[in-house]
Amino acid sequence: MTNNLEKHIKALTPEIENTSKSWKLLFAVFLSFFALGIFGLITQITKGHIVTGMRDNVVWGLYIVNFIFFMGLSYAGALISGVLHLFKAEWRKPIIRITELTTVISLFIGPVFILFCIGRLDRLGYLILYPRIQSPITWDVIAISTDIVGCLIFLYLSFIQDFAKLRDFDGLKVSPSRKKIYKTLALGYYDTPSQRHIIEFSKNVMAAMIIAIAIIVYSVLAWIFGVTLQPGWHSTIFGPYFVIAAVYSGTGVVIILMWIFRKVYHLEEYITKKHFINVGVLLLVVAAFYGYFTFSDYLTKWYGSVRMDKILIDKLFSDFYWLFIFSNYIGIIVPLIVVGFPRLRTIRNISIAAVIALLGLWVNRYLIVIPTLETPYLPIQDIRPAWNLYKPTWVELSLTGAGVSVFCMLFMLASKIVPIVSISEIVDESEDTNDEILLSE
Amino acid sequence: MSKNKNSRRDFLKLGLLAGGTLVTGSMIKTALSETPENDPGSNIKVLTPDGKLVEISKASIKAGKEYVSPKASHQGIPHRKFVMVIDLSRCKNARKCVEACKVGHHLPSDHEWMKVYLMQDSSKQSPYWFPRPCFHCDSPMCASVCPVGATYKRSDGIVLIDSGRCIGCKFCMTGCPYSVRVFNWKDPEVSEEDKKVKYSPETGIPQVEGTVGKCIFCADLLRKNELPRCVQACPMGVIFFGDIIEDTVTNGTDTIPFSQLVKDRSAFRYLEQLGTEPSVYYLPPTERLFPFESGLDDLDKKVLARYKNTPYMKNQKKLKNDK
Repeated sequence: MTNNLEKHIKALTPEIENTSKSWKLLFAVFLSFFALGIFGLITQITKGHIVTGMRDNVVWGLYIVNFIFFMGLSYAGALISGVLHLFKAEWRKPIIRITELTTVISLFIGPVFILFCIGRLDRLGYLILYPRIQSPITWDVIAISTDIVGCLIFLYLSFIQDFAKLRDFDGLKVSPSRKKIYKTLALGYYDTPSQRHIIEFSKNVMAAMIIAIAIIVYSVLAWIFGVTLQPGWHSTIFGPYFVIAAVYSGTGVVIILMWIFRKVYHLEEYITKKHFINVGVLLLVVAAFYGYFTFSDYLTKWYGSVRMDKILIDKLFSDFYWLFIFSNYIGIIVPLIVVGFPRLRTIRNISIAAVIALLGLWVNRYLIVIPTLETPYLPIQDIRPAWNLYKPTWVELSLTGAGVSVFCMLFMLASKIVPIVSISEIVDESEDTNDEILLSE
Repeated sequence: MSKNKNSRRDFLKLGLLAGGTLVTGSMIKTALSETPENDPGSNIKVLTPDGKLVEISKASIKAGKEYVSPKASHQGIPHRKFVMVIDLSRCKNARKCVEACKVGHHLPSDHEWMKVYLMQDSSKQSPYWFPRPCFHCDSPMCASVCPVGATYKRSDGIVLIDSGRCIGCKFCMTGCPYSVRVFNWKDPEVSEEDKKVKYSPETGIPQVEGTVGKCIFCADLLRKNELPRCVQACPMGVIFFGDIIEDTVTNGTDTIPFSQLVKDRSAFRYLEQLGTEPSVYYLPPTERLFPFESGLDDLDKKVLARYKNTPYMKNQKKLKNDK
């Protein structure tokens, strides 16, 4: 039993005791991307937003695209840990830590992108000092901050038992101060039946809550677009469409992260083909829904041929042709085929499908934001021809790169501090077979 | 009522006399009542109502007399509801409204609050010039979506922006279906004099980097019972301005009951179906005073280039090439 625990802890905390060379190297690479982003940000703050590709027509660019995208990734936690937790799907246990971390990390990165888009960062406090509840942005501020708090609580609840295990496990060679931190964070948890009951109950409540909150957050985000009168945005379907798209990206990113963690930390024993197929099937189901929503949205716009919608669709199928094909055809059909045919269901195939789905979804966000802004009711007749169409500049690209880098870096840092797979859940699972009576109390 | 009429007559005189000068005639009286400051370099020549050419300090013109604080600017002028009627049959893209607006509001060189669009509803319909100020909607999307109340609708119908409150989220710009709003993407190059001017949302001076600007119906002039700059500047009398409660509009030359003008000339509002309830009405471009093409004459190359991508210009180019 102790040996078992030791084995688990050692395997699941590969970076806690010492830091490998490749870890440092990779971290340095991401850090340099991050530094480039900081340089871009400083340029933007000193020279003004003129250094971005955003102009009077396309007032929102890559920043908003990334904002929606990262907020979508946060669905990983809401869906997989939340829903699967409520349905008590046992197979989820090795991957919930990854999903919960994804949620919290992307929830911190997403809103930062919206800050880059704000002209007067020094007045950010006005959102709280002079809020107007009628504005969807205020809804967003409330929803996102609630979501962050909720997801942090949910994440922490799942950590408490692990912190207790790390505190009590003497085989872990870390500094006493680190041990002390684990002790503090474990909040005096000693796995008594009543403590266990409280924590399980809290997890259930929080799982249900973060699902609801996540749906609200993403709907509100969609309504920022939906409530306006712009062609392509003014759509009643946008709320649920965005929610489904977010679940899609969340599922995709979990598969990719599973693949990376499995390879990097040699978790073949914990994350098996079964997990890939199970999450893959989720991806398939969501892909079908997402494809259906996309189709309904564009079909009605195209068939009704309202003037502005027609101009927009024409634009999508000319200037944005390949992006549209990649995002809304390939990005949906590939996962359907790969997971749909059992013969194709290999870990590698499913992971590739997830990458395509994720990239396709990012492009889909781009195609929602930019072409609409390039298609205003009044034709663009700007005195500055370079201002007509949107083209991201290096500043926006560098900050996008920095966002992705921070996402990876935070995962790497997390792997240094906490177990990357929930030890308590895994140990419980292996105990389940022997001590069923004990657990049922 | 009679007082208003008199002031309109003043406009008329001023408008005719001031002619093509960039000065907003309305302010001359204010300026003249002060002792002209001897500040060479910032002086400006203006015509007085009685035809004399005098030199006065620029600062005395733009500062105006009564300062309206951002807070006070939330209050509309009592018992007023402003309305604008733009007669498309008279517009020949003289662009005087654009210039007067730019100069009057001290806008950065590439900013335009008033724009003149080349419009053609379909290839079989004739093209026309379409001056577009802010529509000051009665159901303004921009004001609805603003998260901090930096843009607001007043009782007199005017929609203003407080640059001191605006956080630059640009939601109002995506909210406005008429592309009215412009953003200060870079430092607006405010002149030294303007830096000393106390900001008021009714003047929009000075513009602030990272915030949104737009046509404000020259709220500062309206407070003094004077017509907006674009109305005064238009040599064709395209733009009528007035009060819907008084049921009167004037372009500086003709004063007509608003309801009659709207009825007789089948006025319409742009994109009525969006339900934003604009305060700007258009009179259809029928029985034109000028041929459409005259609007393309004597245009600056840069200005001409902006119309390059319109179906009309593309078609013209094609016809030319075919010959």
